Amino acid sequence: MNLSWLEKLDRRWLFLIVGVLVMGPLLRPIGVPLGSSKPVKQFHDAIAAIPEGAIVLMSCDYDPGGKPELVPMTRTAFRQLMERHCRVVITCLWTGGSGLVDETIEGMAQEMRAEGKDIVYGRDYVDLGYKAGYEAVMVLMGKGIANAFPQDQRANATSSLPLMREVRDYSSFAMLVNISAGYPGTKEWVQQVNSRFHLPMVSGCTAVSAPEYYPYLQSGQLRGLLGGMAGAAEYEKLRGEKGSATKGMDAQSLAHAFVALCIVLGNVVQWTKRRTTP
Amino acid sequence: MKRELPLLLTAVIGLFMLLSFFVPHHVVSVPADFLQQCAVIVVAFGYVLGGANALSVNLSAIARRQPDWPYKLVLVATLLFTVLIGLKEGRHWQDGNTISMFLYNQLYSSMQATMFALLAFFIASAAFRAFRVRTVEAGLLAAAALIVMLGRVPIGDQLTAWLPEPVRLGAVQDWIMNVPQNAAKRAVLMGAALGVMATGLRVILGIERSYLGGGD
Repeated sequence: MNLSWLEKLDRRWLFLIVGVLVMGPLLRPIGVPLGSSKPVKQFHDAIAAIPEGAIVLMSCDYDPGGKPELVPMTRTAFRQLMERHCRVVITCLWTGGSGLVDETIEGMAQEMRAEGKDIVYGRDYVDLGYKAGYEAVMVLMGKGIANAFPQDQRANATSSLPLMREVRDYSSFAMLVNISAGYPGTKEWVQQVNSRFHLPMVSGCTAVSAPEYYPYLQSGQLRGLLGGMAGAAEYEKLRGEKGSATKGMDAQSLAHAFVALCIVLGNVVQWTKRRTTP
Repeated sequence: MKRELPLLLTAVIGLFMLLSFFVPHHVVSVPADFLQQCAVIVVAFGYVLGGANALSVNLSAIARRQPDWPYKLVLVATLLFTVLIGLKEGRHWQDGNTISMFLYNQLYSSMQATMFALLAFFIASAAFRAFRVRTVEAGLLAAAALIVMLGRVPIGDQLTAWLPEPVRLGAVQDWIMNVPQNAAKRAVLMGAALGVMATGLRVILGIERSYLGGGD
């Protein structure tokens, strides 16, 4: 079979196919059935095991680049925590992330209020916003949360918020839920806080950084792990939700299958060329 | 003196921070807290320095009419505009329909999303043109990549639904991630940790001096 035309294929055709494969299922979902992997179940079960009313630290370390993968898991984790009547303290260690994180959390809180749930800012959750300093902030929080964050994202004095009056340092938290897009993120929280202050933690991260955290999951330093949009979609399925990660999985499935096909086709073209070239 | 003083400061502060990890007494912990707060302030000043550096480099390029100077002009204008708006709106930048939120949602957020979305197109093109299997090692890499890529998404299990569960793409992908990948990653982590410890000791002991810059 003559495949030389494939070798000279204009890459814009590939771009067009990717565009169609991504846009198509977003406009008309196929509904590929989702499974649920062990790390995702562990993440869900770890949060489900937190005692009701406990205070949880949620560090959302990402910016808009990680939005499709990390915002869905932030929303679902926040909802699960609120439904367990946990109280949540939110932080962000990424320069460009605090606006997105605040919008996501407030959006979720408003949705829950519309469903009739009694959720009050300052009493049930607090967004402490962004603080520069990477690992130094993590260590500083161990000496006192208000020490590292004297004001919240809305410029309220931290000490004036009812929830923060019960928070001293890491010993005040039952768990750390870290949603991470890279540095600083899960790796640094494990190294600086989990190992030093013995705060149990779970992580949700981008698909590209998930392999890096598997050793921490296997060692028990992470109680659960959500890897990328697939992890977020499985988590939504476990929670009985149909969020944006579930909607995105059709597109991601087809895009992955097409990239795999490209690798195979590219090599078949090369092998045929080598065999036919004298 | 120009070199000895920074070396002495590094050694003393480095040793002190190491000591604070093991000694919880307030004689050590109070100054250690102060030093950690200093570190946070220094990092914050890094952003100011970064902004000043971006201005200095780009303004001089514009003044000399270097190639692509109009783009640098756009960069400087947007940098100054964003800073000025930020200063004007202050801590209330998130209250309702502020200009800062408009810039964040309509420009910053959209541009970042666009950059990452472009990756999907370039990965497909690179997979077709550059991922060549020429050796056994490259073959193993390609096989693992194909299994993980398909096994991570639901379509992988659908394609292999006719196989027994332990050999379906999802299960094989799990095994690759949990066993060979994990073993390699753990080795890399341990190597990196040993490297960090060795470098830290070299810096504290004054053997590693590259951070001081070249020349005396």
